[in-house]
Amino acid sequence: MTPLLQVQGIRKTYGSFVGCTDVSFDLYPGEVMGIVGESGSGKSTLLNCLAGHLPPDQGEVVFDTLADGPVDTVTMSEPERRMLSRTDWAFVHQHARDGLRMSVSAGGNIGERLMAVGDRHYGNIRERAIDWLGRVEIKEDRVDDRPSAFSGGMQQRLQIARNLVTGPRLVFMDEPTGGLDVSVQARLLDLLRGLVREMGLSAIIVTHDLAVVRLLADRLMVMKDGHVVETGLTDQVLDDPQHAYTQLLVSSVLQV
Amino acid sequence: MSDYNFAYLDEQTKRMIRRAILKGLAIPGYQVPFASREMPMPYGWGTGGVQVSAATLTPDDTFKVIDQGADDTTNAVSIRKFFERTANVATTEETDKADVIQTRHRIPEAVLREDQILVYQVPIPEPLRFLEPRETETRKMHALEEYGLMHVKLYEDISQHGAISTSYAYPVKVEGRYVMDPSPIPKFDNPKMDMPAIQLFGAGREQRIYAVPPYTKIVSLDFEDYPFEASKADHACDLCAAKDSYLDEVILDDQGNRMFVCSDTDYCRSRRAAGHVGRLGTKNQLEASA
Amino acid sequence: MIELNNVSKSFTLHNQGSAVIPVMEGASLKVAVGECVGLVGASGAGKSTLMRLIYGNYLAASGQILIGDVDVAQAEPREILELRRNTLGYVSQFLRVVPRVPTLDVVAEPLLAVGEDQGVARDKAASLLAQLNIPERLWSLSPTTFSGGEQQRVNIARGFAYEYPAMLLDEPTASLDAKNRATVLGLINAAKARGAAIIGIFHDEAAREEVCDRFLDVTGFSPQVAA
Repeated sequence: MTPLLQVQGIRKTYGSFVGCTDVSFDLYPGEVMGIVGESGSGKSTLLNCLAGHLPPDQGEVVFDTLADGPVDTVTMSEPERRMLSRTDWAFVHQHARDGLRMSVSAGGNIGERLMAVGDRHYGNIRERAIDWLGRVEIKEDRVDDRPSAFSGGMQQRLQIARNLVTGPRLVFMDEPTGGLDVSVQARLLDLLRGLVREMGLSAIIVTHDLAVVRLLADRLMVMKDGHVVETGLTDQVLDDPQHAYTQLLVSSVLQV
Repeated sequence: MSDYNFAYLDEQTKRMIRRAILKGLAIPGYQVPFASREMPMPYGWGTGGVQVSAATLTPDDTFKVIDQGADDTTNAVSIRKFFERTANVATTEETDKADVIQTRHRIPEAVLREDQILVYQVPIPEPLRFLEPRETETRKMHALEEYGLMHVKLYEDISQHGAISTSYAYPVKVEGRYVMDPSPIPKFDNPKMDMPAIQLFGAGREQRIYAVPPYTKIVSLDFEDYPFEASKADHACDLCAAKDSYLDEVILDDQGNRMFVCSDTDYCRSRRAAGHVGRLGTKNQLEASA
Repeated sequence: MIELNNVSKSFTLHNQGSAVIPVMEGASLKVAVGECVGLVGASGAGKSTLMRLIYGNYLAASGQILIGDVDVAQAEPREILELRRNTLGYVSQFLRVVPRVPTLDVVAEPLLAVGEDQGVARDKAASLLAQLNIPERLWSLSPTTFSGGEQQRVNIARGFAYEYPAMLLDEPTASLDAKNRATVLGLINAAKARGAAIIGIFHDEAAREEVCDRFLDVTGFSPQVAA
């Protein structure tokens, strides 16, 4: 089996400060990988390098494209990369307003990606938008409301629908449950798990919340000061952490 | 004439503008940045169009200005007088006799010829602006032909109004490449843009010039199930009985009486001169308009 | 089916003066197809640790842990995940589920994970829940709110929904009443009959005698004794 994503030696610095360095891993189809670490550990920098939002200083991000097989997305042309990010990739931002058009209705938000890849039938677009609203548990009659009228949890679910409507194969998520109430988080996690299973998605989830990765991620990468300090199966890393930092991280979680 | 350089602008500025125009013609629909000058009129009154006209006019040309189709509104009169004074060119109100026609918000009803130039005044040249505020991003979208967002606007129209309610400044795709704002002309005029004359667009405040060469394919964006319609008021002109022209609605009193008249005043006058009479028209024009 | 060769395990507590605590050494065992081996030994002797090592939940320090032809001690995460999906089941003492997911779906999940049809998976789940006397009115609720005994039975139903060729059972009959206990033992015997290799921890001696073919005292694997 060819990995969906092969990351090799990614390094990104900000002047003399190292954002992340020497990051390599393979992600296989259907795999969900969590990246954990505290604020400033480089996990968001890494995610942005992987998703093409930041150019890394060094390294390769090879994605297995449908048309041409494995291609390095760091060196591919910008139009190609942007096309990938509209079709095969999705990016779920921590703050829904970074990922939504707040002045456009929920239906328009979901429909945008469809229109961006050439769908020109209003009826079809609307039907698929409503279908996706249902899948993220938003009532059909909210289709013409703007996201500004939605709760935080609904906005986040709308952002997910908007991202997944074109059936991407790889989803990048940056703290997808950050800033949400615990009960809303649970619902969102459940939803994401179902979608990942149903659509056979691969995902890379950046979070500092270990409970989130335990529920969503198959495997884990622990980062500290821009370096990967530990990788492995999620439950193994959490239940039998090897590195000092991971042990500290795991033991710092408050028990409920 | 010694008081002003020909057509107000200095020769270097006109050359700069002409270069922008030529580039615009070479890349139909592409917005060419240019160093817009201060003109002796406020932004929003046609400073872009005036600069393009100034760079286009030659001393032998005959000039016509319309504002919403009419030759006799303040804006049209003042721009016409401006060029009478600064360029000493002949002016006319007859579409057929004009070489250069500057327009705000209309395309004349009469079909233009290959030897004519139509100059549009443009307030906001960027069709993507209302959905994407970042100029860096809209430029990139044009460069990469990422025009899905334009349809989002039309989607929003249909979802809110049941039909595409955008009735003016209706976005078009030029020669299968650039999406362009045709300036705030009614969408009724969109199909006319595939014409024998050269069309030039000037946005003074936004410092952009763009152009459509003769016989360029212009497609109004739409959905398969909500096709573009060039709509107009469902009436005939009450003065000249024309059924094919874009109409203005005129409220006559507070009893709900109203009349519809051609927005293109020259078109209406020429039809009446040829003997066409509408519902409220008479053979005597003065009586009708009184 | 399950084979351990000279497996050792120690914990290094980096944040407590880097204390190294050896917990297992020289663990070796073999479980054949259709065989059930009961782990015995005093509390703290390392029975659960051994189970977790086999399941890949703990990282072995050295040695081989073969399930079929996969060495859990060396395998990539995705290989272990595939093993857990298709080959190796684990019924732990605690139910850990996503909040909000209905009991029926919790139980059907292992079947869905191997691509079973949703209807078939739910029918199987329903029949197991019925056998284990979980009232039908609870099936549509999340098990997070259930009593301890109910949660345990849901956990067992989930563990037996898919027919794993190898299974790890950690106290499956603890705190069950006689009727449910008999049902669980029936499930274990049925699994053996279809050829599953099973390793179990049973404190309940009667249960142990009923399903286990032989016993293994893990005390022999503890480093203190070896030293």
